Amino acid sequence: MRPERGRGRAAVDEPPCAGLAERLAGVVDDSAALDRSERRHVERCLRCQAELAQHRKLLRAMRSLRATTLATPDGLVVDVLAQLEASGERRAVRAALTGRRAAYLGGIAAAATAAGAGAAIVLVSRGRRGRLPLAG
Amino acid sequence: MRLLHPPTAPLDELVDAARRGEGRAFEELVRRTSAETFTLARRLVSDEDDARDVVQEAYLRAFRSIGSFRGEAQFTTWLYRITANCASTHLGRRRRHRHDELDEEAELVDPALEHDPEAATDAALLRQRLELAVAELPPRLRAVVVLRDIYDLSHAEVAEQLGISESAAKVRLHRARRRLRAQVFPLAGERPEAAEVEVEEHAHAS
Repeated sequence: MRPERGRGRAAVDEPPCAGLAERLAGVVDDSAALDRSERRHVERCLRCQAELAQHRKLLRAMRSLRATTLATPDGLVVDVLAQLEASGERRAVRAALTGRRAAYLGGIAAAATAAGAGAAIVLVSRGRRGRLPLAG
Repeated sequence: MRLLHPPTAPLDELVDAARRGEGRAFEELVRRTSAETFTLARRLVSDEDDARDVVQEAYLRAFRSIGSFRGEAQFTTWLYRITANCASTHLGRRRRHRHDELDEEAELVDPALEHDPEAATDAALLRQRLELAVAELPPRLRAVVVLRDIYDLSHAEVAEQLGISESAAKVRLHRARRRLRAQVFPLAGERPEAAEVEVEEHAHAS
């Protein structure tokens, strides 16, 4: 149940420090906000102020960690490059196979088209020959 | 002999050449970015062998899709997103195989550094403590805080790469930060372990 609000009840209204702890962690980068009563509490509470100051310090320290890099373990770059090369080769083989398959299918299609065209010519010429005696 | 893509060639030039299908340019990109990519992978999966697998997969995916990279984001940010996605897939796969290990509570690994405010003020030691604390986070919390707070991906990008909603990404982010804060800067009377148990109770309840 929420505490009763009203004048002269500041002590009852004010949230306990523990309830604010997670939001204080978000206040430092505006990913969380405090309502008016919570802000009032923090303005009066040395513990919450100290916690907020520590969160700011912590965030600065975290950001500074980005400049800190670990040494790459022995052989890692070589392994990565070998894997990339293998992957590149696989891709090239796949592309070549795909190209060959396309050429093969294209050849079949061309042959079929040519055969069809040849058959059509034969049929047309036979038709003409067949009609000739009746033409006159 | 003049190298086709010398180590001093600007990154943008290499990216353009790689997009045109020049394998040597992509190789040089791998050499240039491998340390950063490995560091991100290592931060996300916390195990060197797993990180190697993630890096290999990330570069393979990048190689296959470099032609579609349009340059709206920086190449490194694009690579971070691919790496994050590979790490997420990798963790998902491991989660199915080793369900109990991923969400289990990790113990503090460096008790000597605890409760030492003087050491914590030193930037190098602070970073060291922070790296340890990040490594001890459960993977689902760690991924979000690493991508958002270290690599500056937007909430939407983090959510997309991890396959979760933006609001879920924010909830995880805040939990992770709270846990890191309690670990690295424990308040007076606060035991980091106690804060962690409390955070986990919240996490399981939601």
